[in-house]
Parts: sequence; C-alpha cells; structure tokens
Amino acid sequence: MSSEPEYDEVTKTYTTGHEWDGIKELNTPLPRWWLWIIYASIIWSIGYWILMPAWPLVNGHTKGMLGYSQRDTVNAELQAAKDSRKVFSEKLLDADLATIKNTPDLMEFAMAGGKAAFGDNCSGCHGSGASGSKGYPNLNDDDWLWGGTLNEIHETISVGIRGVHEDTRISDMPAFLNDEILNKGQIKDMAAYVVSLSDTTIAPPAGTHEMFQENCAICHGENAKGNKEFGAPNLTDGISLYGADQETLRATISFSRKGVMPTWSGRLDPATIKSLAVYIHSLGGGV
Amino acid sequence: MAYEPQNSDTPPKKSPEIIPHANVARAKVEAVNKAENRALYAAQKKIHPKRAKGTFRTIKWWVMVVTLGIYYFSPWIRWDRGPGIPDQAILMDITNSRFYFFFIEIWPQEVYYITGLMVLSGIALFLVTSTAGRIWCGYTCPQTVWVDLFLVVERFFEGDRNARLKLDKAKWTADKFAKRTAKHISWLIISVLTGGAWVFYFNDAPLLVHQLIAFDAPLTTYFWIMILTSTTYLLGGFSREQVCTYMCPWPRIQGVMMDEDTLSVMYRHDRGEPRAPHKKGETWDGRGDCIQCRQCVVVCPVGIDIRDGMQLECIQCSLCIDACDSVMEQIGRPKGLIAYDSLANFDRRAKGEPEKIQIVRPRTLLYTIFMIVVTGSIIWGLTHRANLEVNVLRDRNPLFVELSSGDIRNGYTVKILNKTHDIRKFSLAVSGLDGYDIRVEGVLDRTPEGLPVIEVNRDRVRSVKVYLSVPRAQLSADSKAISITARDLDGSSISNNATTFRGPK
Repeated sequence: MSSEPEYDEVTKTYTTGHEWDGIKELNTPLPRWWLWIIYASIIWSIGYWILMPAWPLVNGHTKGMLGYSQRDTVNAELQAAKDSRKVFSEKLLDADLATIKNTPDLMEFAMAGGKAAFGDNCSGCHGSGASGSKGYPNLNDDDWLWGGTLNEIHETISVGIRGVHEDTRISDMPAFLNDEILNKGQIKDMAAYVVSLSDTTIAPPAGTHEMFQENCAICHGENAKGNKEFGAPNLTDGISLYGADQETLRATISFSRKGVMPTWSGRLDPATIKSLAVYIHSLGGGV
Repeated sequence: MAYEPQNSDTPPKKSPEIIPHANVARAKVEAVNKAENRALYAAQKKIHPKRAKGTFRTIKWWVMVVTLGIYYFSPWIRWDRGPGIPDQAILMDITNSRFYFFFIEIWPQEVYYITGLMVLSGIALFLVTSTAGRIWCGYTCPQTVWVDLFLVVERFFEGDRNARLKLDKAKWTADKFAKRTAKHISWLIISVLTGGAWVFYFNDAPLLVHQLIAFDAPLTTYFWIMILTSTTYLLGGFSREQVCTYMCPWPRIQGVMMDEDTLSVMYRHDRGEPRAPHKKGETWDGRGDCIQCRQCVVVCPVGIDIRDGMQLECIQCSLCIDACDSVMEQIGRPKGLIAYDSLANFDRRAKGEPEKIQIVRPRTLLYTIFMIVVTGSIIWGLTHRANLEVNVLRDRNPLFVELSSGDIRNGYTVKILNKTHDIRKFSLAVSGLDGYDIRVEGVLDRTPEGLPVIEVNRDRVRSVKVYLSVPRAQLSADSKAISITARDLDGSSISNNATTFRGPK
C-alpha cells in the first residue's frame, strides 16, 4: 500500500511510502552514476533494436536497418584470410617442389599450411604425429612403399592408393592361398623365410629361397629389397606395414592386403597438396 | 592524537564590530565535502577551486610541465639501433613482441624486468608515502596533473572561482554558451592529444602520425585514442575528485604506510585554535592564528576543510598551505599554520619538546633496502643477460623412429634466440651420444668438422628441426641423457641444453 513518505529520525531518511505487513522501506536510491548508466543502456538498446538483428520472430528474426549478420562477417573474414594468403598460395602453385623447399618464406608458408592440412585430412589414419599404425604407414621413417622423394610423395597424395583417380597407385599382390598358388605348408615356410630376411637368428627353411625367387622376386626383387614401381615393400628392413611376426605374415601371404588411401586431387586444392608433400617430406624420412 | 574538529565553523554573522583585515580575501563557505554533510546517495557537488599562489603552486606548475612533457614527447625521442630495428627510444612493439627502452631491449620471456620495474615503482611509492604522505597523489598522479590542466583551461575561459560560481548560476546566454563551448572544445582537444600520445608508445610515432592523418592507421589505434580521449575528458573534466575519493584504491591502502612521523599537509590546530575573525590592531593574545578567512577551503580541489583534520579525500596537494601562508603574511603572523607536519610533532609541541623531522625510521630504512635489492637485481640481470638462448624441445609424437637401416632416429625442435643486432652463425653439436648423425631440415651449410651451421637473423628467433640418428647398437638403454650445444662460430657464446635420446626398450 502506498502512502505519504515519512521521515525516519534514526537514519535521517524518508521512506518510500510503501508498506507491506507493517514493514516500511527507506528511500535510498541508487547512486546517480549507476542510474545514468542504466538510462544510457536503455537508450542504447532501443537504437540496437532498430539497427541490429534483435527480436526472434516465428520464422527467423528482425533483420535490423544496418543489415548486420555474423555469418556474413565470418565469410568476409574467411575470404580476407584467403586473399591475404593468395600471394603465397599463388607462388606455391607456380613453384616446383624443390624450389619451395629451398625458398625460406615459401617453405615456412607451405609447412604451416601442410601441418594444418595434415591434421584435418591425414591424421585420422596416419596419426597426429604421422607415425601411422597397423595398415597405415609411418611417414617419419625412410621406408617408402611408393617412394620418398618430394615428387613421389606429391604423386601419391594426388592420385591415392587404390583410389578413384585413373592413374591411382595399385599394388596387386596375389592372395597365395585363395588363388591356390601356394599351399598352407608352403606359406608357413615363406613366412619364416621373410622373417629370416631381417632377423638373422632365424634360419630360413629349406627350399624357401627358390620359392621366393619363383613367386615373389618379380615384385619384391631378387634381394627382397622391394620395388617402388609396384609399391612392393622392402622385406629386409624389419619395418612392416601390417606386422612382421610369422602369424601376420602368413595372413598377408595367404589373403594379400589391399590398403586404400583416398585420391586427394579434386578434394584438396593443388596448393594444399603441394604443402602437404613438402610437410610430409620434412618429417625426417624424405629422400 | 586526540583532536576533535570544531563544528562551530559556520560562516560568521555580519556584525559591524568586526572589521576584518581589508586586504585579506574572505569567503563565506563551507567545505563541499565536509564529513558530516556527506551523504552516500548524493549527487556530485561541483567544486570550483580558487587559484592559489605560492611556493607549492610553483612546484606543482613545474611538475605539471615536466610530467606532461614526458608523456607527450618521449615517444618522439629517437635511438639508433641499427638497420631493420625500430629507432624509437621508448617503444612497446606488440606485433614483433619487443619492448625498447633506450639501450635496453626486452623480449617477451624477459617480462620479469618489467615486473621488477613495477615492484620498484611500488616500493618507491611506499617509501615516499611513509616519508611525506601523498606526494604521488598531490603532485604527480595523472589524475591530479590533468585535472590541474583542465582547471587552467576552465579558468582561462570562465574566470576564477567567483566568476565560475556566478556563471554556473547564470541563465543561459550567448556569452555563457560561448564560454562553455570554448572550454569543452579545448578540453576535448587536450583529451584527443592525450589519447593520441598514448598510441605512439606502441607504434613508430612519425609514421603513425602520417597514417592517422590519412585515416590509414590500424583500427586499434583509433579505438584506443577514442577510449583514452573519453576517459581523459570525463575523468579530467567531470569526475575529478570523485576519482580519488571513490574510484582509486590507493587512498584506502596507503594508510598502512603512514605513521606518526610521516609528514603530511596538516592544519596546526594547536596554533590556530580557538579560531575567530580578527580585526586589524586587535591583540593576538588568548586566541589562535586562524582568522576564519576560509582561503584554505576555497582553493581546495577536493572540497574539504583541512582544519577538520586528516581526511580520506585530501590528496595533499599543498595548495591550502600556499593560501594560508599568503594570508599569514598579510596579517603579519608567521607562516606555516597549515604546513607539512607530523602527528609526532603535535605531541612534541604539547609536551614542550622541540619539533623534529624523523625521516630515518625502520619503515623507511626497510623500503630503501628493498629498493636497493630490487634495483641491484634488475641491474645484475641486465648486465649478465645472455644474448644467445637455445631451447630444445624433444619430439614426443613419435618418440623415436626406426629407420630401414636399423638406426634409431629422434627429432628435436631447436629454437635459437639471437638477441644481438648482428646476423650470427651457430654450429650445433651433441654430447653424450657416440657415432651420431645430425641433420638439420633445410640446412646444408656445415663446419669443416661436419657440424651443421645455422644462421640466425639479427634480433630474431629461428626454429629448426634437428634429426639425430644412431645405430641401434649404440643405445644401451631406452633413454639416454644427452646435451645439444649451440656455439657461436666466432666463439663468443655457447649454450648447452640437456635433453634425452629415446629408443626402443
């Protein structure tokens, strides 16, 4: 209930005149500066409603007179970022890979872009540190299935492995058991032979050397050092994509392996693929 | 100190018996911020300080000139540091993360020098405060200096206290409008220059001036100019003493630095009381020296009556000393009724002991020792600072790589900081590892001994990828402590960095 404000002797303040169940309230208004700020904010908010997107409607929202949109702002910023990189990305397109590697500012740009693109596109299989896992090669080491030069890496990324590109890289190792080329006993011996190539403590079973020359050397080479033309791995270095123990090797020989890497040309722009090639080459295994 | 301010200080009634000293200005005022009249929810009452004249006012003019001079002009001092490096004596280079101060150049990781400088300023403030009260507030605080400057402008256009009081009450005429407009425009010009000077500390000043005029400067500079223009205008023109009383934490803290020997601006009530108006030729016996002219009140920029004793609002600007001294001179009494004095001296006088200024006290000694220690540490740090720094970060993903030759390879990111203004070349070597092969990505240059040579540009950090590989047989354990050494090719400096070499278990 509202009545006339009363003067309170103790606090030397007037009451507001409101009374609730016998309780009265002293009139101690907010400090002026505080009031001025709230008035200013109210005026500001009215201007804001008119100028900026503010009110939700059933379909969408009020657009505001300034036509501001956060989405447009983000797009403009992304475009500006792209434009600012344009100088370098155009240079990247023109330069060949060796030139990029030997030009410090291009290299820096390519490495930064390559690292980001690797994280977005490659780390899912190859791991964030590019150290790979079973079936996905380690890109840090110097053991390359399809070659570790700048151009070979660039080509592999571009066309992919068993990808959709017409020139995609395909290695077609026979499934020696399924195709009935070798029987289980022979495959067991061959697995032991392959292990013996990198582990000198194991003696190759009798006759396996001849069997290797007959069945495998055409791709893996007479000395089993592999052949990058066919994506045939080096069997003597102890580094193995699927595992170097006899059991895994038996499975590999019996059923073959058909790992896939996507064709990245068409998915990524040429400058990004170049950056990726340079980045991967610099991980330490590039030759 | 048991001193109760006298509350009987109401303006004197006009009475024909009392003819005050004709040449002494008198004012019928009560202090705007008198403690008992201070309501929490009151609007700010405008204070119109009268211009004071005297020793302290002169000192304050000079302090104002010097401090404003330092603020406005120091970004324009040049200091040659060689090619490619800014030649501005004082520069906070945010983009390149460097701080330049004449011959000192500080990198971001050395921010502790700035911390040290702040600690030093803090202790210096403590020392000054415990010695002579609010010297900082009264003379050098930017708020005080700019309010003083704004008051100069106000006086120039609107006249001194009485004229301003009259103008405040006057109806809006063309004359009042013109005076007010001129004042506010001048204030705004000063504010823009103040905000403008600030951004020069963060950019090359001569270049930025051209950019600012051509509206080509970075948006942030305009933003900061705007912010500081408005703070200067609002705090200097309007908030004034409210900043010191309500916004600033320092007045609330500094009480703990003061003791009974601290000098502060005080009314010597033992000499001034009982106060009463005084007629020329009347005797001074049985009364105090205060003649109730209230000149100390009208000059006060924070609107208090110094005769009420020490108050939080008092910034100790000493202008009341000047005002009182000139009155004392006119009525032929000794100066210093209001003066720098200590509480201890009040007690000493009461006991009949001689006055004493006790500056050397445990508190001031301690602050001085702190200052010497901090200053010494900063100087020691600056003179013993290495101009080469090397950081080695071991790759953790992958921890190590097995090569097809059977060798084990580890990768390291090595960051070399060249703090000199010359291009330098460093060789990298490893100790604690036998038969290693070192390769630096993108670096082909080698010393005759076969160590890679890394060139680092002047005043720059270079980050390189280093690959170390050893035959597996060399690794006796899965982890080996090694150290990577960067050595300046001219032999001037060397940096050892401990790290590890990891291999399979």
